[in-house]
Amino acid sequence: MTTATPQRESTSGLAEMPLVRGNLPNWAPWATLVGAALVGVAASMGLGLHIALAILLAMLVHSVAIYAWSRAVEGGRRATDRLVTTIVTSAFLLALVPLISVVVTVLQKGLVRFDSEFFTFSMRGIVGEGGGAYHAIIGTLIVTGLAAAISIPIGLMSAVYLVEYGRGRLAKAVTFFVDVMTGIPSIVAGLFAYALFVLFFGPGVRMGLAGAVALSVLMVPVVVRSTEEMLKLVPNELREASYALGIPKWRTVVKIVLPTAVAGIASGVTLAIARVIGETAPLLIVAGTTTALNLNPFEDSRMATLPVFSYYSYALPGVPREPYLDRAWAAALTLILIVMALNLAGRIIARLFAPRVR
Amino acid sequence: MKRSTLRRAAMPAALVLTLVLTACGASNEDEPAADATGDATTEETTELSGSISGAGASSQAAAMEAWVAGFNTQFPDVTVSYDPIGSGGGREQFIAGGTLFGGTDSYFDEEELPLAQERCGGDLIEVPVYISPIAVAFNLKGVDELNLGPAEIAGIFAQEITTWNDPAIAKINPDADLPDTAITPVNRSDESGTTENFVEYLVATAPDVWTYEVSGVWPVKGGEAAQGTSGVVGAIEGGDGTIGYADASQVGELSVAKVGVGEEFVEYSPEAAAAVLEASTKVEGRGASSFAYDLARDTTESGTYPIVLVSYAMACPAYETQEEADLVKAFIGYIVSEEGQATAAESAGAAPIPDALRSEIEPVIEAISAG
Amino acid sequence: MTSLSPPGRTKAYQRPGDRIFSATATGAGITILVVLAGVAGFLLYEALPALRASPEDLPGGKNLAAYILPLAFGTLLSAMVALAIATPLAVGIALFISHYAPRKLAQGLGYVVDLLAAVPSIIFGLWGLAVLAPRSAELSVWLADNLGFIPFFAGPASATGRTMLTISLVLAVMILPIITAVSREVFLQTPRLHEEAALALGATRWEMIRVSVLPFGKSGVISAAMLGLGRALGETMAVAIILSPSGGVTFNLIGQGNPSTIAANIALQFPESSGVAVNTLIASGLALFLVTLLVNMVARYIVSRRSEFSGAN
Repeated sequence: MTTATPQRESTSGLAEMPLVRGNLPNWAPWATLVGAALVGVAASMGLGLHIALAILLAMLVHSVAIYAWSRAVEGGRRATDRLVTTIVTSAFLLALVPLISVVVTVLQKGLVRFDSEFFTFSMRGIVGEGGGAYHAIIGTLIVTGLAAAISIPIGLMSAVYLVEYGRGRLAKAVTFFVDVMTGIPSIVAGLFAYALFVLFFGPGVRMGLAGAVALSVLMVPVVVRSTEEMLKLVPNELREASYALGIPKWRTVVKIVLPTAVAGIASGVTLAIARVIGETAPLLIVAGTTTALNLNPFEDSRMATLPVFSYYSYALPGVPREPYLDRAWAAALTLILIVMALNLAGRIIARLFAPRVR
Repeated sequence: MKRSTLRRAAMPAALVLTLVLTACGASNEDEPAADATGDATTEETTELSGSISGAGASSQAAAMEAWVAGFNTQFPDVTVSYDPIGSGGGREQFIAGGTLFGGTDSYFDEEELPLAQERCGGDLIEVPVYISPIAVAFNLKGVDELNLGPAEIAGIFAQEITTWNDPAIAKINPDADLPDTAITPVNRSDESGTTENFVEYLVATAPDVWTYEVSGVWPVKGGEAAQGTSGVVGAIEGGDGTIGYADASQVGELSVAKVGVGEEFVEYSPEAAAAVLEASTKVEGRGASSFAYDLARDTTESGTYPIVLVSYAMACPAYETQEEADLVKAFIGYIVSEEGQATAAESAGAAPIPDALRSEIEPVIEAISAG
Repeated sequence: MTSLSPPGRTKAYQRPGDRIFSATATGAGITILVVLAGVAGFLLYEALPALRASPEDLPGGKNLAAYILPLAFGTLLSAMVALAIATPLAVGIALFISHYAPRKLAQGLGYVVDLLAAVPSIIFGLWGLAVLAPRSAELSVWLADNLGFIPFFAGPASATGRTMLTISLVLAVMILPIITAVSREVFLQTPRLHEEAALALGATRWEMIRVSVLPFGKSGVISAAMLGLGRALGETMAVAIILSPSGGVTFNLIGQGNPSTIAANIALQFPESSGVAVNTLIASGLALFLVTLLVNMVARYIVSRRSEFSGAN
């Protein structure tokens, strides 16, 4: 309830700057919100306004109302404060809109073909209806597995270098360029892998291994960064105790530091895998696509992967189009589920097994 | 379970899971292919085995899928792979000897022909295997049927006719209720045989309106561009007042314009498209095994649909090994056979090649041999 | 008699295990530098034929610069518009998570925004074409009618919505999580004492943020924006699927003729290219790599000027 403003009789202009101001009741923002929502609903039903514009109108009404009301009762500064609170909250809610829209769209369209045939059949000999993404899923597992096999050792050892051994300019340069590497466009990584393999195999080469190389260019910086963070968290006392007992440095790192940080490292690696498993562009260029199962990433033959399968089903469907589009969305749903699951797994591993929780 | 036990079990568990998944194998690849033909004739033919690869036109991609699937029901031990990298790349790879056969939307030109003949050590086999009408599809609220003559089509795609209720269109569509919506012409953003054939038609029938050269790259800037046939169809569906050209088999539910031929307006159909081939003349001087055609796109014969894409398969009359020769002979033989053409008609909406042409082509294919 | 070793450093005995291990570690670190140099090197090697070729051989028939410049323009335009849309939004969200949201929910909300980062870009492409483009078409018509005097909305509006505007919106959604995450980290590192001093002096929450958080985090936000810019410049699949690339250099965001971006152009043309066309695409990729390298280097330099903490003492 608004308290009465005590009047002060004084010579200076203190009457204009009372020390105590009124307060809006706690339910005030909610009241204006409800009012604004009613206005929005009325506008959309009465005037036939598009729903997005109606929501925008409601937000505008709410902001103006709360600002005006607060300014009248509480004063300009607190009114501005409330306005900013409204703006910031709406920014967050706005960010949720595309997320929900994407998830709903992919679920709606992807569940059509989310059946067992989709997961056990390849596209060999299939024309039109039926078929599945088995070859693409296996291709993704092979290529990502190879990429992990390449990037984990390199990433791990680089992080060990940066934390345990690096002093001076080389270490600074490596740190700097690892950060820069996180920003390489994925298609450039694909072109690099292509250019590299063209040197050995001639133009037109397509290979699962080349795809793995492209993905590892994208994966290594993420592994290095997160491993470095984890290794830094290992307390120095452990290392010093180990040295004091006469254990050589390399054994300290291998037997004490790394096992202590292993949970965090595992979580970092999982997040890195989640990042590259959805990359389409580099695989489009160097791995191509095929309809049959291909288990050999070391020969010059195309290997299908899930994101590229989804793209080609969408962009180059056969006749009739619908089954291909359905498969594309189902592949997209599978992909997003895998990525979300890996993300979740990474964070859970970090939470449950970390040696020290921040 | 202790955390450390969980940790130690995680890695091997993941590994085992992956191995199990891989060991399953794709269900459709394990099943023995159904034996379509009877037992009598399969004695010798099912002994064919090996693999051949070809590359070329992406317009044939859907038909190729159907042909490979059909071929595999007769010869399950043969692996055929076709890479739809485009006609240009297909011809290049064929000349370089990287592929045994290929597909192309346009026959080899004067520079490429001698190189191809050199690759084959003699004549070159070029046979039309895929005839597909190119439909002019549109999406306009309230209008389901439309007549368009060559001049109007050229005017629309050259962006000279800009609204649907333009007098030129209204004149030949007296019954239609044309709104004043702006016309959005949709074209291919990638290099394509469909574009080349469509532009050839415009140059042949309306050269005063369409002053651009023939090429696989769309020459007019500013229209709505989309990737691939599916992209064009999607773009047409996605807006009001859109019109575009696309392979007829993929237009789905879209309304299609009737194209003016002579005095009439003809709807597309596989038969009408194949009729254009019958009215066209073979290109001379390319050897006895070449069936390249200069299409008579300005034909005014009744019952023909002139906007058509004719795609060829190329091969050599002689290969190095008997195995290669047998495989190519069997596969191309299947493609041009009645059965093969019917499969393509069903799955890719193509027009089967005329019977007269088939009887000329089959002996040439049968003559493929080694040496 | 013991001989005293001369003054100065004596090298400790290094066991072979230590030597091998430290060599391996250093080698791994050097590999990173080698790979980066390799990327530039191999791209240059494969791009050389295009740099040397005469204009008639190149796709498009004009010289290499004329081929790449419209693509570079499209790349920069879409990335800049996306940045302009995403940065204020991201700063708002970061402020919300770090200062406005209830403490218990804050980490969870951070994960929710990070979920946006986890969505693969091809899915954004499919979603953009299926959901956003038609809505953007309606919006474009309204923009062309009412705000047509601004060069960005000059129109005529595209009927299908496959425009620079849609692309920029999708890119903005994709770079939002990166800018938010980095800004959030920076805002959380504001010295507590500064914040509390402002509050003690009677500042409202917004005034406290304006006075202590934002100035402290300004450089962090700038570097976050540059990281987002780097990501937007390199985005391929969403642009490849959605955009209608039929135009040249134009500021019109809502028309049907748009310049393509370097990355999308490579993705679309590469599978069917052969010969010098491939080299041309790689040359454009090299240009993209150099630009993103520059942007990322500047961003990281700004960040590195802040002191780093290590959890270990």
